Amino acid sequence: MTATGLSALWSHWRRNPLQLFTLVAGLALATALWSGVQAVNAEARASYDAAAATLGEGQYDQLLPAAGSDIAQETFIALRRAGWLVGPVVEGQIGPAGTPVRLVGIDPLTAPGGLGPVGGGSMDLPQFLSEQPVFANAATAAKLEGLIDAPLVIEPTIAPDTAITDIFVAQRLLGAQGRLNRLILAPEQPVGRPALENIAPDLTRRAAQGGSDVGRLTDSFHLNLTAFGLLSFAVGIFIVHGAIGLAFEQRRAMVRTLRALGMPLRRLIVLMASELLVLALIGGVLGVSLGYIVAATLLPDVAATLKGLYGAQVSGALQLRPAWWLSGLAISVLGTAIAATGALISVARMPLLASAQPRAWATYRARARQIQMAMSVALLATALILALVGEGLVMGFGLLACLLIGAALALPLVLDGMLWLASVRARSVVAQWFWADTRQQLPGLSLALMALLLAMAANVGVSTMVSSFRLTFTGFLDQRLASEIYVSAQSVQQARALEAFAAPLTSEVLPLLSVEATLAGLPAELYGARIGATYRDNWGLLAAAPNVWDSVAAGDALLVNEQLARRAGLWVGDDLRIGPQTVLPIAGVFGDYGNPIGQAIVSEPLFSTLHPQVTALRFGLRTDDAEALRNALTDDFGLPAASITDQAQIKAFSLAVFERTFTVTAALNVLTLSVAGFAIFMSLLTLAGMRLPQLAPAWALGMTRRRLGQLELMRAVVLAALTTACALPLGLALAWVLLAVVNVEAFGWRLPMYVFPRDYAVLGLFALAAALLAAAWPARRLARTPPADLLKVFANER
Amino acid sequence: MSVKSLFLCGFLLTAAPFIAAAQGFGGLGTEAEGFAVPTPAPEFNFPADHGAHPDYRIEWWYLTANMTGPDGTPYGLQWTLFRSALSPFATAGWDSPQIWLGHAAVTTATEHYTAERFARDGIGQAGVTPAPFEAWIDDWHMRGPNFDTLNLRASGAQFAYDVDLRAQGPLIFHGDRGYSVKSEQGQASYYYSQPFFALDGTLSLPDGEIPVTGTAWLDREWSSQPLASDQTGWDWFSLSFDGGRKLMGFRLRQADGSYFTSGTWIAPDGQTTALPNGSFTAEPLETTQINERAVPTRWQVRVPEYDVDVTVSAMNPGAWMDLSVAYWEGPVTVSGSDSGIGYLEMTGYD
Repeated sequence: MTATGLSALWSHWRRNPLQLFTLVAGLALATALWSGVQAVNAEARASYDAAAATLGEGQYDQLLPAAGSDIAQETFIALRRAGWLVGPVVEGQIGPAGTPVRLVGIDPLTAPGGLGPVGGGSMDLPQFLSEQPVFANAATAAKLEGLIDAPLVIEPTIAPDTAITDIFVAQRLLGAQGRLNRLILAPEQPVGRPALENIAPDLTRRAAQGGSDVGRLTDSFHLNLTAFGLLSFAVGIFIVHGAIGLAFEQRRAMVRTLRALGMPLRRLIVLMASELLVLALIGGVLGVSLGYIVAATLLPDVAATLKGLYGAQVSGALQLRPAWWLSGLAISVLGTAIAATGALISVARMPLLASAQPRAWATYRARARQIQMAMSVALLATALILALVGEGLVMGFGLLACLLIGAALALPLVLDGMLWLASVRARSVVAQWFWADTRQQLPGLSLALMALLLAMAANVGVSTMVSSFRLTFTGFLDQRLASEIYVSAQSVQQARALEAFAAPLTSEVLPLLSVEATLAGLPAELYGARIGATYRDNWGLLAAAPNVWDSVAAGDALLVNEQLARRAGLWVGDDLRIGPQTVLPIAGVFGDYGNPIGQAIVSEPLFSTLHPQVTALRFGLRTDDAEALRNALTDDFGLPAASITDQAQIKAFSLAVFERTFTVTAALNVLTLSVAGFAIFMSLLTLAGMRLPQLAPAWALGMTRRRLGQLELMRAVVLAALTTACALPLGLALAWVLLAVVNVEAFGWRLPMYVFPRDYAVLGLFALAAALLAAAWPARRLARTPPADLLKVFANER
Repeated sequence: MSVKSLFLCGFLLTAAPFIAAAQGFGGLGTEAEGFAVPTPAPEFNFPADHGAHPDYRIEWWYLTANMTGPDGTPYGLQWTLFRSALSPFATAGWDSPQIWLGHAAVTTATEHYTAERFARDGIGQAGVTPAPFEAWIDDWHMRGPNFDTLNLRASGAQFAYDVDLRAQGPLIFHGDRGYSVKSEQGQASYYYSQPFFALDGTLSLPDGEIPVTGTAWLDREWSSQPLASDQTGWDWFSLSFDGGRKLMGFRLRQADGSYFTSGTWIAPDGQTTALPNGSFTAEPLETTQINERAVPTRWQVRVPEYDVDVTVSAMNPGAWMDLSVAYWEGPVTVSGSDSGIGYLEMTGYD
C-alpha cells in the first residue's frame, strides 16, 4: 500500500513539474541566500579569531614604544631581568609588493600560552627551534614560496597574509637583528618587580582590550549581512509555503481517493511528510551549493571592504566547513517544516468525504482574515512597545522581526482595501471587472507579494542604512581629516625639527597627541589638541555648551566622543576625571564613527601637564598649497615620502572602501529582488492555469485574448506598484530601527538617518520590472490560449 | 643533587608526555650522540666547572634549604636552574641551541608556592658565569664573589625570597670522585654538592615578609645520557642529621620493579663514603593522593652500614610542583635512629 501511495503522491509532481520546480527552487534559493551570507560571516570571523590567536592581540596587554616603532632587544632583556614577564615580538612585511605578507617573529619560550602554532602543539619546541620553520596558511605560503630560505609549513588556522616564525628567523628575514616591535605581557606577573618607568621609560602599556578589537568593529558590517540573510530566507520560505500549500490543495482529491481506498490517515501523513523531507534535502543540497557560489563571489568584496574599513584581514578564499552543510540542510528542512505544518494539519483534519474542490484560491474566508488581521495588529503593537521601552540588542532584533512579519501579514488586507477603493471608483465595466478580478486573485498572489514587500523593505532599509553611514562617515572624515597633509616623524628630535620647519610654511601645525587611559572606568584614549581655527571651524559637535572651544582651549573643560558619553551615561555639563587631581566638565560631545572605544580631548597645554613624557610624532599640516608643502618636506627637509600622507588620498581610499560596501549591498539587493520576482512568476504561472474559468466568460463576452493578456500584465504591475508603495514606509521604518536602535545597542553611536528618494525610485522601478518580467510569460501564454481551451470551460461542467 | 632534574630537562628535549617505553623518562635515555659523555675519575677545574658545560646535554644548579622563622616555624625553599642543549655548542644570539629553565618554590606546612621561567641562551636572559659566580634567569639569580658566598633570589606571582648563603664546609663529590653511576649498564653523570651552606634572609609570602635562618644544600650535576632506558622514576633524599652527619641517597625505579640505589655518607668534617647499589634502601610507608596520583610522603630509610634506620616524613605532603613538568619536591623531617631535617624529591608519579 505504501508503494501505491507513494506512486500516487509522486504522480502529482509528474503531472505538475513546474510546481515541483517551484518548490525545490524556492527551497534552494532560500537556503542559498541564508547559507551564503552565513558562510561569508563565518569565514570573516574565523579570520579574526585566527588573527587574535596568532598575535595575542586582544588577549594580552602589550608594551609598545611610546615613540617610533622599535624596541631595543636590550630593553627586553632589562625588563626580563627586572622580573617583568614579557614575550618579544618582531614584525614586518615581506613578499610581493602590493600584497605583502606580515611576518611575525615570536619567542615560544617567553610568549604567553596559546601564541601561534607552537603553543597549539602542532610542532614540538625542539623541532621548532632547530628546523626554524615559517608557519602560514596555504595561500600565504604560496606567496612566500621561493622568496624566503626558511622551510614553509602550512597551518590553516593562521590569519591570512600573516606568517609566524621564530624570532631569530624573523629578525634575519626582516634584517632587524637586535630590534623588536612590541612586548606581550604575561597575564600573571611576579611580586615585587620595579615600576615600568624605572626600567623602560620609553614604553607604554596598551591594555588587551581596544585598538585591536577587530571583531567588535566589524560587527556592524556583519549585522547588515546577517539581516540580509535572514530576510532573504524569510522571502524564500514564503515561496516554499506557497508551493506546498498549492500542491496540497491540488491533491485534496487524491488524498480523499487514497483514504477512501483504505489507506490509513497516519500512514498517508507520514508518506507526505517523508516526501517533503526528501524534497527539502534535495533543495537544501542545491541551496548550499548555490550558497557556496554566492559566498565565493561575494567574499573577495567583503574581504576587501573589511580590510579597507577596519584593517581586518579576511581570507578571500572560502573554506567548505562541515558546519555549513549541516546548518544549510537544517535550515532547509526547518523551513519546509514551518511551511508545511499548516498544510499537513489541514490534511489530517479533512473529513473523509470532503469536497475535492481546490479551495486555496478561493476568496478569503472571513475567519482566516480576522485571525490574520489580529496577528498583524498584535505583532505591530509589540513592535511599537519594544521600540518605546525595550533595551538590548536582542530586543532590537525582536523589534525588527515583529515589524516585518506584522507588516507582511497586514499586506493582503491593505492591498484588498486599496483595490476595493479602486473598484468603487471605477466607472467602466472593464475597469470594474479588472479591479474585482484583481481582488479575487489577491489571495493566490498574497504570499508572493509578501515576499516582494519584504525584499523591497529590506533593500530600502539596508541601503538607507549603508548610505546614511556613508554620508555621516564622509562628513566625519571631512571634519577629522581637515589637515591637507599628515606627516610622521621617526624620533622626538626629528619631530621638533619638523615642527619648526613646517611652522612658517603652513597656516597651522596640529600635533597628534594621545595616550591610553581609563576614563569613567572604561578603556579610552585621551587626546591633546591644539585648539585653533581648524577645530573651531571644522568640528561639528552633537551637543555643546556655550563657548565650548574657548573653555576647552583654556583648559577649563573637555570634549568626549559619543561612545564614551553614552556608555558612561555622561553628557554636556557632567564632570569627568582625567587625572589623579584633574576633573573637568564636559563642554561638548562629538560623533566618532568607526571607533570602538571612548575618547576625550583636552587642550595641548593641559595634556602636556598631565603627560609630560608624551611627545607628538605625527602632525597634521594646514596649507593652501599641499603640493608645494609636500615638495618642501621631501626635498628641503628630507622627510621620506612614506612619512607623508595626503588627506585627499585618505579620503579617496575611504570612499573606495564604501564603493566596495555598495557592491556587496547591491549584489544582495539584486538577489533578494530576484527571489521575490521568481515568487511572483511562479504564483502567476500557477494561477494562469486555474483562472481559465474566470477568464473564459470575459472572452466569450468579446474581450480579445490579447486584451486579456495585456490586462494580466497590468494587474501584475499594479499589484507590484501597490506593494512597493507599502514597502517604502516599511523600509524606512526598518532603516530607523537599524540606525537608531540596533546600532546604538551594538556600537554605542547613533547614526543620523538620511533618505535617498532617487535610490528608492530606482528600487521601485526594479520591483516593477521584476513584476513585469515575472508576468510576461504567463500573460503571453494567456494571450495565446487556444480558443478551444476557453470554450472547453463551458463544455466541462465544473 | 640527583637524577631528578635530568628528567625535567629531558622533557624539554621532546616536549612529549612521559611514556614508560624504551626511551626511559622523557627521552633521558636517548643516545648521547654528538654530546660529550662523562668519564670515570674526573678532574674538575674550578671555578670554571661551576659554569656551564654546553657540550653536555643537560646540567643544573639546584639548591634546597630548610629554614625557620623567628617563631620557629619551619619553611623550605627550592631554587633550580636547568640547562638543556639541542646541540653540543653555544653561540651568541637567539639561535644558540641551549635552553634554560628555572624552578622556584617556597613550602610551608600548609602552602606550597611555585614558579617557573623559560629562557633562550645567547641573548643574556639566562646563563651562568663561573667567576665571579652568577647563575641567572630573568630576575632570579644565585650569585656571589665565589661559590662559597652567594646571594639567592627568586620571585613568583605569590612569593619571593632573597637569602644569603655562606659555605661552612668543603665541596662533596659523589660516586667515584664526582663520577656518579646511575645504572648497572653504566650510565653516569658528574655530580658534586655543597651541603654545608648556612642561610639567612627574607621570604615574602602573601601574609608578609618573614626573616629566616637555616641551612641549604646546593647540587651541581651534568651529563648527556644519565638514565638507563628502562628507568621510570626516582626518589631522592638529602638528609642532615643532628650532630652534623649528612646522607645523600637515591633510588631509581626500573621497569621490571627492581631498584638501583646509590648514596653518599658525609661525615661532619666533609669526609665522604660512597654507598654502592643496595647499601642505601628506602621503602614507602604512606602515600598521599595528589591529583589522583598516589605519592609516597612517608618513608623508611636505612643505611645498615652506619646504623641508620629512620622515618622520613614530608613537612607538607602537598608539595607537588605542578609545572610544565610535574614532580614532588619538599622539606622533610627525620626521626628514628637519628633525627634531623632534609629534602625529598620524587619523579615519575604522574
